[in-house]
Amino acid sequence: MENPYLPYPVRIDSVVTETEDRNLKTFKLIFLNSADREKFIHRAGQFAELSIAGKGEIPIGIASSPTEQEYLLFTVNKVGVVTTALHQMSAGDVIGVRGPLGNWYPWEQMEGKNIVIIGGGFAFTTLRASIVYLLHPDNRSHFGDITVIYGARTPGMLLYKDELAAWNERDDIRIHITVDAADDPNWQYNVGFVPAITQEKAPSAKDAYAVVCGPPIMIKFTLPILRELGFPEERTIMSLEMRMKCGVGMCGRCNIGGEYVCKDGPVFSLTQLSQLPGEY
Amino acid sequence: MVSLKEKMIHRALLLLSERKVDAVLGFQRGTIPMMSHPILIRHPEGADQLHWDSFCSTNLANYLPQRKERIAIFAKGCDSRNIVLQILENQIKREQLYIIGVPCQGMLDRRKVQAELNGRELLGVRETSQHLHLLGEGFMDSLERSSYLQENCAICTHRNAVIHDELLVEPVLEQEGVDRYEDVRAIEAMTASKRWSYFEELLAPCIRCYACRNACPMCFCPVCFVDESTPQWLGKSIDPTDTKTFHFLRAYHLAGRCTDCGNCERACPMSIKVRQLTKKLEKDILELYGYEAGLSLDQSPPLDTYSPDDPQEFIR
Amino acid sequence: MADRVIKKSEFIELIDRLLESYRVYAPVRQQDMTNFQEISAADQVDLSLANTTMSPKSIMLPQSETMFEFNVDKTSDQAAILRETEKDLSPRLIFGIRPCDAKAFQLLDLNFDTVAYKDPWWVARRKTTTLMGLACNAPCSTCFCTSVGSGPFAPEGLDLLLVDVDDYFLIQVITEKGEKLLNEEGIETEAAGAMKQAALASEKSSLQSIKSVVSAASLAQHDTKTLFDSDFWEEVQFACINCGVCTFVCPTCWCFDIQDEVHKDNGIRLRNWDSCMFPLFTLHGSGHNPRAQKLQRLRQRFMHKLKYFVDKYDKGVACVGCGRCVQQCPVNIDIREVFRLMND
Ligand SMILES: Cc1cc2nc3c(=O)[nH]c(=O)nc-3n(C[C@H](O)[C@H](O)[C@H](O)COP(=O)(O)OP(=O)(O)OC[C@H]3O[C@@H](n4cnc5c(N)ncnc54)[C@H](O)[C@@H]3O)c2cc1C
Ligand code: SF4
Ligand code: SF4
Ligand code: SF4
Ligand code: SF4
Ligand code: FES
Repeated sequence: MENPYLPYPVRIDSVVTETEDRNLKTFKLIFLNSADREKFIHRAGQFAELSIAGKGEIPIGIASSPTEQEYLLFTVNKVGVVTTALHQMSAGDVIGVRGPLGNWYPWEQMEGKNIVIIGGGFAFTTLRASIVYLLHPDNRSHFGDITVIYGARTPGMLLYKDELAAWNERDDIRIHITVDAADDPNWQYNVGFVPAITQEKAPSAKDAYAVVCGPPIMIKFTLPILRELGFPEERTIMSLEMRMKCGVGMCGRCNIGGEYVCKDGPVFSLTQLSQLPGEY
Repeated sequence: MVSLKEKMIHRALLLLSERKVDAVLGFQRGTIPMMSHPILIRHPEGADQLHWDSFCSTNLANYLPQRKERIAIFAKGCDSRNIVLQILENQIKREQLYIIGVPCQGMLDRRKVQAELNGRELLGVRETSQHLHLLGEGFMDSLERSSYLQENCAICTHRNAVIHDELLVEPVLEQEGVDRYEDVRAIEAMTASKRWSYFEELLAPCIRCYACRNACPMCFCPVCFVDESTPQWLGKSIDPTDTKTFHFLRAYHLAGRCTDCGNCERACPMSIKVRQLTKKLEKDILELYGYEAGLSLDQSPPLDTYSPDDPQEFIR
Repeated sequence: MADRVIKKSEFIELIDRLLESYRVYAPVRQQDMTNFQEISAADQVDLSLANTTMSPKSIMLPQSETMFEFNVDKTSDQAAILRETEKDLSPRLIFGIRPCDAKAFQLLDLNFDTVAYKDPWWVARRKTTTLMGLACNAPCSTCFCTSVGSGPFAPEGLDLLLVDVDDYFLIQVITEKGEKLLNEEGIETEAAGAMKQAALASEKSSLQSIKSVVSAASLAQHDTKTLFDSDFWEEVQFACINCGVCTFVCPTCWCFDIQDEVHKDNGIRLRNWDSCMFPLFTLHGSGHNPRAQKLQRLRQRFMHKLKYFVDKYDKGVACVGCGRCVQQCPVNIDIREVFRLMND
């Protein structure tokens, strides 16, 4: 019997500091055993538990796309015990990965539809996975227009800056990058909060799904705008966060109403959420 | 004790209808024998829920910290002492409180009574001034009240509220010539290794539920050291070392602040005598500083204050 | 499967014999309470109290248990690689478990033994443990098992059910696992009609003596958010001190925490019981806590047991009516009252 608590051993291949405050780093992980790599088949939107022996485990969204097969990427914000320990590690160190866990963005339903991706802050990780997945030659033709609105506090706080620039050059994806404030005179993108930019760019709701990830305050002000733009609740998709331990629906802490965010989520449509108590 | 209860209802009714207070803190009759249920009553119509018997032992002061409204509280001697400390430690304001002293004859220990039952089930109790009558399927026993007091009550020397706005009835006589520290001296007399194994055994059944801590009116730290994660001071399993660390540090944190109200012991599901730890510190504080916790608003606990004639040299 | 019978004096010998092939757990006296413990001789068993203070869940889900071991010595090529901790999974017998507590194991199976994931230790222990229950001839006034799908003689979850009839135990054979145990031990005497009659009479009088009743019938129909937003939580929560006693004593509370501990170069990952009553349970690293208030934590316990669980599994409430929380809550928060508030 598979032990769902046992992590696969992985090696840190590289560490990239993403943001100017040095609080966000992207870890590229390579499986120690290739058999494990083959077992780890994920969809964009899922997460995994990263295990630091002696410190504990943390649920982190998988930032790499399923189409990036040789490695896994995780972008981690430094907050407490485990994330701090991870930030102190470097290439060559061994950690563990348990997963993939949870559900994913509803790719099956979204096929053939226009996709509007709205992200804020460091919650952009599984959205990166989604964009890379969507842009892959095997997949791009299965979806309609792709629009991305992504905001951070300052230019230096944006994740994946090189990729953002590269996507910006493409014509099969429309991308609106924004910051709350920029003191860089060369800043060539938008300035303003994500909700405001969403309103300004007004992506069409026709045949479209909106996938929204970000800090609670951003979500709070973006949802009414999406509603105005005509996105119905069942086509407004969000990814939630709750404190987690087991990640497999057993330890009992991550529930919102009867749903375990780790197993039944983290991805929910607004329709699903509107039926749950607002305790998250 | 019907009369006490009726007086309480009467007072609560008046205080609430005259809007002297926003709420009255007291007890409701429990749903099982030898149990009571703390309630906060906000409307005069609710006053008749009030109840009083020898099992209203929960220290109601535990419900006061950080409350905002004006509250009338029925306070036994121990409750009143904890209120004093809470006022001194800025958990509640004196002006917010209307303290109704309830002279106390000592509360009864439901576990001691239970032990008499030998598995027979208790369906009800009746009290008279000297006796507790136990009623069950096919039996009715009578117990001498004085033999079933909570241990802290048996040695209590402050049965009347030390601070109050009114007294519900005439004060009771305080017990005199009580030897509060017989058990502590016995432990002190043990050899170090014997003492260690005594505490080891004492704490072995602990399940780390923290009911003792949560029941304590003086354990109001916003984040208890056992819950801190950066750094994490101790492990969270039932490893005996971690368990002992929790208990020892908690006891130290209560030195000079514990009133020996017994709320901790009463709440413990495993019947662990956690007061064995706090009492030793209580005795030391009394011997070193001549201080008894919570007797007066003019005296802060000695470890909260500095005074030039503190007994230890190092602090000067 | 036909009922068997055994004389009590022989039963003691049977337990002693079973100790050779099973690790046997039974209620053992600990000062003024009893609790389940592994025993080494039949005479340690104490059945004088109606039920144990702690539920037997620790036999399946120990309060603290090591899951993995590892070393953190960076010079080792195995550093930071977790190994499953070896467990003694030899056959075990729980004797004297009450029907409500056995039913609780079945309810916990819904959580630990799922299609998507299986908790390896829970599943293995369930498999290797035989449950020899003891019917309740004299339920407590706080027992409300019959209202929540169990009962003083209910067989659910048990392998064998013993009924105390004077100098004998009548043994109801419920599963093949139970039958196998009896056959191996040569307990083959079938119960005579009179014995069965006596057991039935006990059952009847026991059922009649249960006066504590709750209703759960409408829970499934009620709207989750309406229950969640009800005013009564404010009153229910007032006295609660969030001590978690109710969750620790409860046979159907299974929540746990996972922790790492390191001593020198050796580390373990272990799990410990946790409680929805504790603020740390849901505290995010950012400081945000979706259940920061006592009211929210207390509500979670009852909503989980009496609503979320009901809706999720359609197997009734996550409460077997053992009454432990009623007896042990230091401030008398009575789940039967909460049933009433939520159901009616
Ligand atoms: C589905 C999901 C995806 C996530 N994706 C990312 C991501 O891509 N990048 C990122 O930086 N962060 C992500 N987080 C948040 C991240 O899990 C927490 O910041 C992290 O667990 C904090 O751990 P800590 O040990 O540093 O904090 P501490 O405060 O020391 O927490 C101790 C333990 O509590 C649990 N815990 C604490 N906070 C959280 C939390 N917010 N969510 C879940 N468990 C928690 C963890 O087990 C943690 O080890 C995600 C959370 C979830 C639920
Ligand atoms: S430690 Fe125990 S006896 Fe002392 S004040 Fe706290 S609850 Fe009362
Ligand atoms: S109440 Fe009892 S069991 Fe719980 S932590 Fe305190 S001493 Fe331990
Ligand atoms: S909730 Fe209470 S009565 Fe129900 S199973 Fe748990 S301890 Fe027993
Ligand atoms: S036992 Fe009672 S006081 Fe303690 S957490 Fe449970 S309901 Fe609250
Ligand atoms: S993290 Fe354990 S149930 Fe979700």
